[in-house]
Amino acid sequence: MTNEINFATTLRNFAEKCACKFIEDRDEFTLEVGVKKLIPVLKSLRDEQDFCFDQLIDVAGVDYLEYGKTEWKTQQATGTGFSRGVQHSTFGRFTFDDNPISEQMDQPRFAVVYHLLSVAKNQRVRVKSFCEDNEFPVFPSVCELWASANWYEREAFDLYGIVFEGHPDLRRILTDYGFVGHPLRKDFPLVGHVEVRFDPSKQRVVYEPVSIEPRVLVPKVIREDNRYDLDNEEA
Amino acid sequence: MAEIRNYTMNFGPQHPAAHGVLRLILELDGEVIQRADPHVGLLHRGTEKLAESKPFNQSIGYMDRLDYVSMMCNEHSYVLAIEKLLGITPPVRAQYIRVMFDEITRILNHLLWLGAHALDVGAMSMFLYAFREREDLMDCYEAVSGTRMHATYYRPGGVYRDLPQAMPQYKPSKWRKDKEIKKINAARQGSLLEFIEDFTQRFPGCVDEYETLLTDNRIWKQRTVNIGVVSPERALQLGFTGPMLRGSGVEWDLRRKQPYEVYDELEFDIPVGVNGDCYDRYLVRIEEMRQSNHIIKQCVDWLKKNPGSVMLDDHKIAPPSRAEMKDDMESLIHHFKLFTEGYCLPPGEVYCAIEHPKGEFGIYLVSDGANKPYRIKIRAPGFAHLASLDEMVKGHMLADVVAVIGTQDIVFGEIDR
Repeated sequence: MTNEINFATTLRNFAEKCACKFIEDRDEFTLEVGVKKLIPVLKSLRDEQDFCFDQLIDVAGVDYLEYGKTEWKTQQATGTGFSRGVQHSTFGRFTFDDNPISEQMDQPRFAVVYHLLSVAKNQRVRVKSFCEDNEFPVFPSVCELWASANWYEREAFDLYGIVFEGHPDLRRILTDYGFVGHPLRKDFPLVGHVEVRFDPSKQRVVYEPVSIEPRVLVPKVIREDNRYDLDNEEA
Repeated sequence: MAEIRNYTMNFGPQHPAAHGVLRLILELDGEVIQRADPHVGLLHRGTEKLAESKPFNQSIGYMDRLDYVSMMCNEHSYVLAIEKLLGITPPVRAQYIRVMFDEITRILNHLLWLGAHALDVGAMSMFLYAFREREDLMDCYEAVSGTRMHATYYRPGGVYRDLPQAMPQYKPSKWRKDKEIKKINAARQGSLLEFIEDFTQRFPGCVDEYETLLTDNRIWKQRTVNIGVVSPERALQLGFTGPMLRGSGVEWDLRRKQPYEVYDELEFDIPVGVNGDCYDRYLVRIEEMRQSNHIIKQCVDWLKKNPGSVMLDDHKIAPPSRAEMKDDMESLIHHFKLFTEGYCLPPGEVYCAIEHPKGEFGIYLVSDGANKPYRIKIRAPGFAHLASLDEMVKGHMLADVVAVIGTQDIVFGEIDR
C-alpha cells in the first residue's frame, strides 16, 4: 500500500513538472496531456527509472459529442402516448437522411486514451489527450515508442477518423474494403448507411442504402443517483 | 540470369488453418516469407457501438461472443468494470464461483487451442482427445446457465444463480444402450460440484495423455522448436500478454500481480518459458491447464463448505426473485425499472483487466451517468498478438505461418469485435 502512495506522489510530481492534469479516481491514475506535450510525456513515462512503462496496453479513441445528452425527460413527462418524452437525439435513432446538424461544441470533441502498464513496477497509468481541432483531429503517432501502437492507431483512425502523424501505414483495419465514414463517431447512425445482399440477377453482391428502421428500445436516461458515487460517500 | 521476383500469395479468409476469417497477403521469396500483411475485420460486428446503445446488463451476452472459446472470462472483465464504477463487491461465494468458472474456461480455451494447433501442424488425433474433455466442461456451462457456450452467467453484483444440485443426464436412445448410458451418467448422479470434483481427479491423467502424444514427439518438436522466437524485450514492445509473454520468459500474471476476486487466497504457480518459441508456449499452456485444475479443486472444496448468497441483495442493481416480485409492491417496481430502464452508473471512467486465457483482456468503460455506457473499449489480447504476425513469421517457411497462427491462439471474435 505504501508503494501505491509513493507511486501516486511520484506521478503527481511528474505531472506538476510537465504541467499536465493529474487525476486519481477509484485507484486509477490519469494524466491529461496536451497534444503538443504528448510525445515527450509518454517518452519519459517509458524511459524514466521511476516509471518504466514498458508496455502500451491499449489506445482508444473517444468521441465526446453526445456526452451527458439524454433521450428521456426525467423531470416532467408529456401526455402523448407510448413514446412521450423521448427525444430522437442519440445515434441509435439516426437514419440515413436525418443526421443531426452537428452542434457547435465548446469542448474538444475527440480524445485519445493510452493505457500503459509497467511490468517492472507493477503499475498502470492512463494518459488522456484532447484534440483542439474538432473537424480534423490529428495526434502524433507513438509507433516509435511502442511497436504495439501500430494496429491500435490504425483502429482509432478507422473507427474515429483520428489521424496519427508519423504512422508508417495508416490504413483502415476493421471495416469493410471501400467503407465510407467512421462508424464509432457519435454522429454515425447505429444502423449504418448501406446494407449488402447477393443479387441473383447480377450474380454479385450489391450495396444498397439501408432499409431497416432505426429503433432504440430503451431510451438513454441520466438519473441523479448518488448512492454509488464513491466521492459523495466520503463527504 | 533470369530475373527473380517475389511471389505474392493470398491466404484465407476461408482456410481451415486460418482459425476463422483471417486473410493474409504473403510475400514470398521461394518458400520463405518476406512480408505478411494480415487483413482483419471480416468478422467486425461493431460490438462496442452496439453496447453503447443498450443498457448495461443487455451487453453481457455480447461479451460472450467476443472470444467465443472463453466466454465467461470476457463477461468477467465487463462485469468487474461495472462493479468498480458502482463501487460494489459481490458476495464471496459468487467470487469463488466466478474464479472456478474462469479456470474451467481457461481449460476449455486451452483444450481447443491444443486440438486446433496440433491439427494444423499435422497431429490429427489430438483434436479428438481434446474435445472429449471439452464436452464435460461444456456440460458444466450447461448445468449452470442452460447454454453450452454463451452463458451470460456473470452479472454485476454476483452470478445469475447458485450452482445446481443436479446434473443433466444422458437419455437412452437407439444409438446408446442402457449399459453405456449408465457408464457415462455415473459421474452425473450428484451435484454439479461433485461432477467438477470428479473431473479434476480425472483431468491430470488426460493432460498426461496429451503430453505422451506431443511433448517428446519428433515431428511436433521439428515443427515448433525455434519457430516464431520472440525475445522478452520484443514481447513487451509488441504488447504481448498472457501465455505469449510468459512463453518468452517474463513472469507476469494478473491473477498473481494484480489479483482480482479471490485469487490472492488461492495457491497456484505461474509457468514461464525460456526460449520464447512455439514449443515453450505449448509447454506453458499445458502447465497452465494443470494449474487451473489445481485452482478448480481448491474452489470446489471452499464452495462445498460455504453455502450462501451468490448475488447482492441490492435491488437497484440485481432483480428481486420471482416470488418476491409477485408478493411485494416495492419489488415489482424494482423489477419493472430494472428491465425497462436498467440502472445508471455514476459518471467516470475505469479500466478493468483480467487474466484471460489468451492474455490481458480489458474493458475501458466511460460513463456519463446514464443507463448505457458512453464508451466501451475492449482490449483484446489477440489483437496485439496478431499485429506481431509479420515480425514473427518473417524469414520462416510458408508452412511455419500455420504454426505461428496456431501458437498465437487467434480467435476472430475478439480481434474483429
